[in-house]
Amino acid sequence: MSNIYKGMKPTRRNFLRGAAASGAALVGGTTVAKAQADPLIVEKQPWSQFLGAGVDEAPYGMPSKFEAHVRRQDVPWLTADPISSVNFTPLHELDGIITPNGLCFERHHGGVAEIAPQDYRLMINGLVDRELVFTLEDLMRFPRENHVYFLECAANSGMEWAGSQLNGCQFTHGMIHNVMYTGIPLRLLLEEAGVKTTAEWLLPEGADASGMTRSIPMEKAMDDCLVAFKMNGEALRPEQGYPVRLVVPGWEGNMWVKWLRRIEIGDQPWHHREETSKYTDLFANGKARRFTWEMDAKSVITSPSPQKPITHGPGPMVLTGVAWSGRGTIPRVDVTIDGGINWHQARMSGPSFDKSMHRFYYDFNWDGKPMLLQSRAHDSTGYVQPTKDALRAVRGENSIYHNNSIQTWAVNEQGVAENVEIS
Amino acid sequence: VVAGGLGLGRLALEEEVAAWDIDVRPDGLGLPAGSGDVWTGEEVFVEKCAACHGDFGEAVGRWPVLAGGLNTLSDDDPVKTIGSYWPYLSTVYDYVNRAMPFGEAQSLEPDEIYAITAYLLYVNDLVEDDFTLSNENFLDVQMPNVDNFYMDDRLTVEMPLFQSADVCMENCKDSVEITMNAMVLDVTPETETAETTVV
Repeated sequence: MSNIYKGMKPTRRNFLRGAAASGAALVGGTTVAKAQADPLIVEKQPWSQFLGAGVDEAPYGMPSKFEAHVRRQDVPWLTADPISSVNFTPLHELDGIITPNGLCFERHHGGVAEIAPQDYRLMINGLVDRELVFTLEDLMRFPRENHVYFLECAANSGMEWAGSQLNGCQFTHGMIHNVMYTGIPLRLLLEEAGVKTTAEWLLPEGADASGMTRSIPMEKAMDDCLVAFKMNGEALRPEQGYPVRLVVPGWEGNMWVKWLRRIEIGDQPWHHREETSKYTDLFANGKARRFTWEMDAKSVITSPSPQKPITHGPGPMVLTGVAWSGRGTIPRVDVTIDGGINWHQARMSGPSFDKSMHRFYYDFNWDGKPMLLQSRAHDSTGYVQPTKDALRAVRGENSIYHNNSIQTWAVNEQGVAENVEIS
Repeated sequence: VVAGGLGLGRLALEEEVAAWDIDVRPDGLGLPAGSGDVWTGEEVFVEKCAACHGDFGEAVGRWPVLAGGLNTLSDDDPVKTIGSYWPYLSTVYDYVNRAMPFGEAQSLEPDEIYAITAYLLYVNDLVEDDFTLSNENFLDVQMPNVDNFYMDDRLTVEMPLFQSADVCMENCKDSVEITMNAMVLDVTPETETAETTVV
């Protein structure tokens, strides 16, 4: 389209150079000096001669204009309208494990609530000694903690149950983000209110027009849930629940109630719309699982992938991807380039946090032949990411949520990748 | 200072709790006093709901279907509606009250919601057209699919299948074939990437 970085476009010279390089790779891969001097080196470039923007130009900086294609995308046919809908994180363009705030996928049920910090109130009521109201200022006086967690929509990869449908890991796996949250252990707020001995469930509720509610068992609330007000060091983005959201580590994204306004304490689950009509998993026999909270171990190769083809020709290359588990850490990821005939242990790089994304790499020499790429995550419980067929054998094709199966990309001789299923 | 805490926050007033605590549970906890009949429900539904959900809950366009689909849950294409799928009537009252109409939430009175709920039972063939729903008889209504939900059992059903110490690493299968392609379907939005123009 219009503002694509011109330098990345194929020029005749680049194409020929690529062809020459692939020839050279066969005779040893040594770098050959160019016959003609590179004008980007021998000619003075404007950025080397003329002054650039000053420090007063961008009080809140944005990515380079050459990165304008790195953005959230939506799939209009998925939902009836864009208000109760979802968009997707551009996983194929990211590296490391932290998702930039502006690229974190969005899922709203009543659009983005706009709440001024001074208008914010959090209520705790129900089976407590003291029903309380907090302002944001009150919350900022509680002891706080920092944790990196992934937030994955229960429906991530849900369109892929019956077969390969969307062509790109942004669309098949992009209902996820991974950021550092700063927040108050929910336990401290509950202790402030004094939870009664009969209390077994919580009902967090959002202040948005969908009034989002979910039932959460007390054990989880007292364990590791956070009432968070920062992501990656700054205030939550409006679309991520500004000023306050619930963080429910390892559990399906729907439970991470945004614009959190109330937490009710009770002795039974509420069986609200988002845990009966939605976020229940229908099996082929007509019965449905409820309260499928944990997100199982999962991984995906982000490059190469359909939106990130190989453009450099045969030779040394980097295969990379992300893996995560709602039940712990990811000590190991295996990758295959031949559709699962042979597997190789990937190299894990970067911090390994509980219930967080993990980055893996597989560095190898591509021979220019077609490949069938897969990744297989192992989590710290010993669980190994299953194939889609193995999951379908248990659940059928209509459970919508919790598709954590192994993804396959078919890469052809040109380096173009496609979402496929294989035998 | 309050015992057991930091003494932060203040006590909530009764009317504050009443204003925000609107949730309803399957055992009826939270239901306000009120009632509504099927015919009143039809009037309210046609005025406030039918533009998206259709006159009989059959839905317009991609908006949610609210009625029908009975006995389709084990079909290839199940139709999950209030009548065919939802386990509890309380969820209908709670959700309509908290989130509907879409774009004008929490604008309905209890009697209107009882009436809409009665109408939704009627279009799902679960009550006769002279039915009146109220907080008094609410718990008498049994939803047909209530017994078909069960607690997450992945730890007992799936964990033993997928928790394997030894995974195959070499010569794991004889051959591989592609069985399905996303490009055949061609439903992915155009992506603007710097690289895809190369090929």
